Amino acid sequence: MKIRVKFAKFGNLKFIGHLDVQRFFQKAVRRAGIDVKYTTGFSPHQIMSFAQPLGIGLESNGEYMDLEVNSFTDSDDFVERFNKASVEGIEILSVSVLPEGSKNAMASVAAAGYTIRFREGRSPREGWQERLKEFLASETIMITKETKKNTLEIDLKPGIYEYRITGDSIYFLINASSSGNIKPGMIIEAFMQRANEVLPENALLITREDTYTNVGSEEEPEFIPLDQIGEVIHAKTSDCLS
Amino acid sequence: MKKLALSDDILMKIEKPARYIGGEVNSVVKNKEDVDMRIAFCFPDVYEIGMSHLGIQILYDMFNRFDGVWCERVYSPWTDLDAIMRKENIPLFALESQDPIKDFDWLAITLQYEMCYTNVLQVLDLSGIPLLAKDRTDGDPIVIGGGPCTYNPEPIADFFDIFYIGEGETRYEELINLYRECRDSGLSRKDFLRKAAKVPGMYVPAFYDVTYKEDGTIECFQPNEEGIPARILKEIEMDVSHTYYPEKPLVPFMKISQDRVVLEIMRGCIRGCRFCQAGQLYRPVRERDVEVLKDYALKMLKNTGQEEISLSSLSSSDYSKLPELINFLIEDCSKNHINISLPSLRIDAFSLDVMSKVQDIKKTSLTFAPEAGSQRLRNVINKGLTEEDIIGGATLAFEGGWTRVKLYFMLGLPTETDEDIEGIAELSNKIAATFFDVVPKEKRVNGRVQIVTSTSFFVPKPFTPFQWAKQCTKEEFLEKAYKTKHAIMAKLNQKSIKYNWHEADTAVLEGVLARGDRKVGNVILNVYKKGAIFDSWSEYFDNQKWMDAFEECNVSMDFYTTRERSTEEIFPWDFIDCGVTKEFLKREWEKAQREEISQNCRKQCQGCGAARFGGGVCFS
Repeated sequence: MKIRVKFAKFGNLKFIGHLDVQRFFQKAVRRAGIDVKYTTGFSPHQIMSFAQPLGIGLESNGEYMDLEVNSFTDSDDFVERFNKASVEGIEILSVSVLPEGSKNAMASVAAAGYTIRFREGRSPREGWQERLKEFLASETIMITKETKKNTLEIDLKPGIYEYRITGDSIYFLINASSSGNIKPGMIIEAFMQRANEVLPENALLITREDTYTNVGSEEEPEFIPLDQIGEVIHAKTSDCLS
Repeated sequence: MKKLALSDDILMKIEKPARYIGGEVNSVVKNKEDVDMRIAFCFPDVYEIGMSHLGIQILYDMFNRFDGVWCERVYSPWTDLDAIMRKENIPLFALESQDPIKDFDWLAITLQYEMCYTNVLQVLDLSGIPLLAKDRTDGDPIVIGGGPCTYNPEPIADFFDIFYIGEGETRYEELINLYRECRDSGLSRKDFLRKAAKVPGMYVPAFYDVTYKEDGTIECFQPNEEGIPARILKEIEMDVSHTYYPEKPLVPFMKISQDRVVLEIMRGCIRGCRFCQAGQLYRPVRERDVEVLKDYALKMLKNTGQEEISLSSLSSSDYSKLPELINFLIEDCSKNHINISLPSLRIDAFSLDVMSKVQDIKKTSLTFAPEAGSQRLRNVINKGLTEEDIIGGATLAFEGGWTRVKLYFMLGLPTETDEDIEGIAELSNKIAATFFDVVPKEKRVNGRVQIVTSTSFFVPKPFTPFQWAKQCTKEEFLEKAYKTKHAIMAKLNQKSIKYNWHEADTAVLEGVLARGDRKVGNVILNVYKKGAIFDSWSEYFDNQKWMDAFEECNVSMDFYTTRERSTEEIFPWDFIDCGVTKEFLKREWEKAQREEISQNCRKQCQGCGAARFGGGVCFS
């Protein structure tokens, strides 16, 4: 049985890296007494996979981990046990049971939503909201990306599915698939460059709001959060009463 | 969530910010209003090393059980953060509260190896605490040192207010209560220290004076005030089964050197190897009750979620209930997919059987520590391991499927000759030959065996029979390493043997710091001011800085290392009574020169003096 765990990572724990998060959950699963399934072989390990690594310095309200378990009680019980085994900075938000044969979290990732704010004193010139809107409406948003071998010209525009600017905060729903992953900072950097402004170091406060899978087609995508693939199973209260 | 001491900008700029944020599983956070005693516990090296240390886990847990006491941790900031803190005047802070160390009642520093001494100064400096104890005032934390290096605290005596000599479980509560009393009744720092100096096990350097003879050796070491004890007996916990031990050890977020639950099965060692300091300091051997250990193992695994448990002791094969304990762990842990790690096991049929159950034979290597290449020299150092044992163990291991063997030796041991060095090559070669004899061609994985032979340079340590021995010069060390290399190259199976040797510069320096006196303190201060830190990290160790510092302070290194010491000499550490008598050590030194061995504690008591503690192996 495969379950999908949705969690938030915030506060001081934004400074621990992806490998640390993996290690944290391997141990948390044991502390929580989850009946996890192990691989066979001489050095068995828990069958566990994560949706999308989160960079150091970012917070998130929508991280996902898939776990194979041998037995399951109900979603509320698992959420409670996980949270008891957790620390301040990682909170388990939901546990759902995946249908047989679902793609794993990592392969499912198509898009991610991000909220971005500028740190105090590090935002662009006044009126940036209007200029950013204009920028995002351009036909193409070309950036140059340095790879090990050469420099590539990439158009970010097709990967920006949705954006909203509300007050001082920007929301993007952008491509997070393995083939076309966009980091939200790349868009802001391109914007600043176009405006002949320099983005100060460590200027952005970024929160990943959720991670999405595409249940539509490539041409007409329909994004839903990863946990909606599975089903939340509540304890049967009637059983308790009878 | 608490506010971090470092800004986001700094944390995003430095390597591994997880070192500095605290908040780990099982870390202890108390309400500041509910405590009246704040202790910052420091391991003066980087987080990954400090967090791997069992002693801190034990004492952290103990301190935090005390009413009104909050103990937190602090480690050496890595060089990247060190530079930023100096530039921006950011005071060093404790991980749990992120409060400055300067505001704590105590700064307790564990001293596990000599090469950390400049890091001690780094921690004091970044905390804003005067480096010299004599310059500190009532507002500064009391700086306490503990751990094995306190058995010769003299080179760093100027930097500490108190050294706690011995095992921490016994006297800290008393010392804390004394401190509270003094502080709350408005007594000065000096008044508290005077009272502390009378608590058993405490050494307060300020109350002792040293005078030297013309030749530089000690003429007299004595208290400078009435009522201060002339000799300090080490503290020892005799009931190791019913004392403090953490049920909920800390679990770091980041990968550290020893990322596992550690179960200390006993303290001390019955063996009496003459080069080994730990073997003398922790006498007598005291075993933990096997039922208590089983209970701890289960609780610690449950509370940490760790996937590995390691048994810790100086010589685990000598634990009397080892088969029972290991069988319990295998039976109970294997179903939970827990790895069992068994360092310091003697290689024999039992241990090989156990290891084949708990480890992947293809991936692990077996370790032998003959320490010396010939039986003659092994008798000198009283290493009770014969060539027969080693070849016998290797034969069993090769039959069992192992193909990798590590061998540890020391170069520069007292009485060593070229034949002993040749013996290292011969033994390595014989083990390789054993493989080809034992394992038929068709069964050889990749067709070969890997022998890794490593040598370290011998550094004589206080409270060992070799405390009188002359240490080799750097040139002698290197010549011995080249000879070893050439001897191995000349062997038939040389292609199966890889040879490594350690740095010679650090071995010489370690020798000075290990057997140094108070005059060496100036050199440490001087070299720190030149910028030396992280001396135990080869990428940061700068030998030239140290050479310059010795010269500027007019201190001779040879005086501490290559000089022959007479058995009449007063050593800087003679005022400490570690339980083992100087007469016993002298007897052992003489026996070593006669190439005579001494039986282990279980076979025959050697009258070392540790029986006076009234327990342990001496009475079983």
